Amino acid sequence: MKYMLLTCTDENLELDPAEKARIPAAAEAWAKEMDGRGVRLQGNTLAAISEATTVRVREDEVLIADGPFAETKEQIAGFDILECRDLDEALEVAAKHPVARFGAVEVRPFWED
Amino acid sequence: MTGDWDVAEECTQEAFEQALRSWARGGAPERPGAWLTTVARNRALDRMRRSAVELAKLQILRAEPVVEEVEETEVDEIPDDRLRLIFTCCHPALPFEARVALTLRSLAGLTTPEIARAFLVSEQTMAKRLVRAKQKIRKAGIPSRVPPADLLPRRTTGVLAVLYLLFNEGYSASAGDELVRLNLSDDAIRLTRSLAELLPDDPEPAGLLALMLFQSSRRMSRVDVDGELVTLADQDRSLWDQASIGEAQVLLDAALGRGQVGPYQLQAAIARCHAEAHEAAATDWPTIARLYEQLAKAMRSPVVDLNLAVAVAMADGASAGLARLEAIERQLERYYLFHATRADLLRRLGRGAAAVDSYHAALELVGSEAERRFLTRRLAELEP
Repeated sequence: MKYMLLTCTDENLELDPAEKARIPAAAEAWAKEMDGRGVRLQGNTLAAISEATTVRVREDEVLIADGPFAETKEQIAGFDILECRDLDEALEVAAKHPVARFGAVEVRPFWED
Repeated sequence: MTGDWDVAEECTQEAFEQALRSWARGGAPERPGAWLTTVARNRALDRMRRSAVELAKLQILRAEPVVEEVEETEVDEIPDDRLRLIFTCCHPALPFEARVALTLRSLAGLTTPEIARAFLVSEQTMAKRLVRAKQKIRKAGIPSRVPPADLLPRRTTGVLAVLYLLFNEGYSASAGDELVRLNLSDDAIRLTRSLAELLPDDPEPAGLLALMLFQSSRRMSRVDVDGELVTLADQDRSLWDQASIGEAQVLLDAALGRGQVGPYQLQAAIARCHAEAHEAAATDWPTIARLYEQLAKAMRSPVVDLNLAVAVAMADGASAGLARLEAIERQLERYYLFHATRADLLRRLGRGAAAVDSYHAALELVGSEAERRFLTRRLAELEP
């Protein structure tokens, strides 16, 4: 089954600098491990929400706004697409993601494979 | 110390946690003398979003005969399938109320209308809840399997929480027809028995089964003719079901013999101390205190700490209990039972003025009228 992992973080969260410095390498190691297992099809980290632009069309008018689609404390920081046997495997992979230790990782199945 | 505070073994781990949440909001148990079972019920009330009035209605509704819904019955007779089904129904990716509903539907064989009545939602709402849960199982890929060894202990704990909720749901409701009231508890005992047989390597399901059997051995003595709950100390112990107690003792011995003690085995061991006391005065409080000490380490809950303080007071005297209470004051200062317990201990130590202050503190936080009457009575004995 295909799942999307959405890694969510609070951009204003003040992490311990040493811990923060370890995240990129940890995320890379995680991606490498999951690629090796064949459960991760692709993924990437997203730029900060200050770089986001949101588009809506209302009554045929294209509305363009600066910022993310929802002003929430936690924002999507990255994504990964997984091919897993079942939800338990996807949850296990998500729990190993370094962001899960300080942010949140949402596991969403694809509408259809 | 009266029997009001010593029914601790009737509480569940889930109820403990819920109690903490409700204390944080300044809420309080509703009935005197059965605060722990009330906590368990309140928790269910919150979960199911129904009122106390509706709970009384529940007992009546459950009494109505129901037509069996044969075509949807999913009870599996093959043990392995049954075990897989338990873990699927209680998967942590499902909302808790859906886990409870699915377990009743698929394992206890209750019909959708019956479950709807049990949780006082419309049949349509319950049908929708079940459909959504089944849909999530399918679309999110929740596996139908017994979890692998690394997941098994935690997942089993989740299943036990659902089963203990079901048990307490039936056990703690005190109104209505007795047979109906005990229905859910019997379902829970049956399912736990089955789980204990299917998972012989884990002593916790057997521990929970023993706990349920110790508690249900008192089903005939715990409610008086007016339907009021009777405290453990005041119950007619000749009414206790010795067959249940005997079975629970055997189960617990076997479980403890495996050397992997967990919270349910510890709670069962505490329940056993009460079950084996021929009169309240014969209760082995030093052992209960020691078991609460272990439980406190296993669960890290201030409610367990409070029970531990009570047990220490019963075993080693009021001043020893008081010392324990002082240590947990910060976490429990918003909970009336903390102050009521402290007031009682101070009273026993002859420290009347301090006891009066604590009774006042308890009265400021107490939620129920009956409990308020009890505290006011005690206060009147100290104040001229």
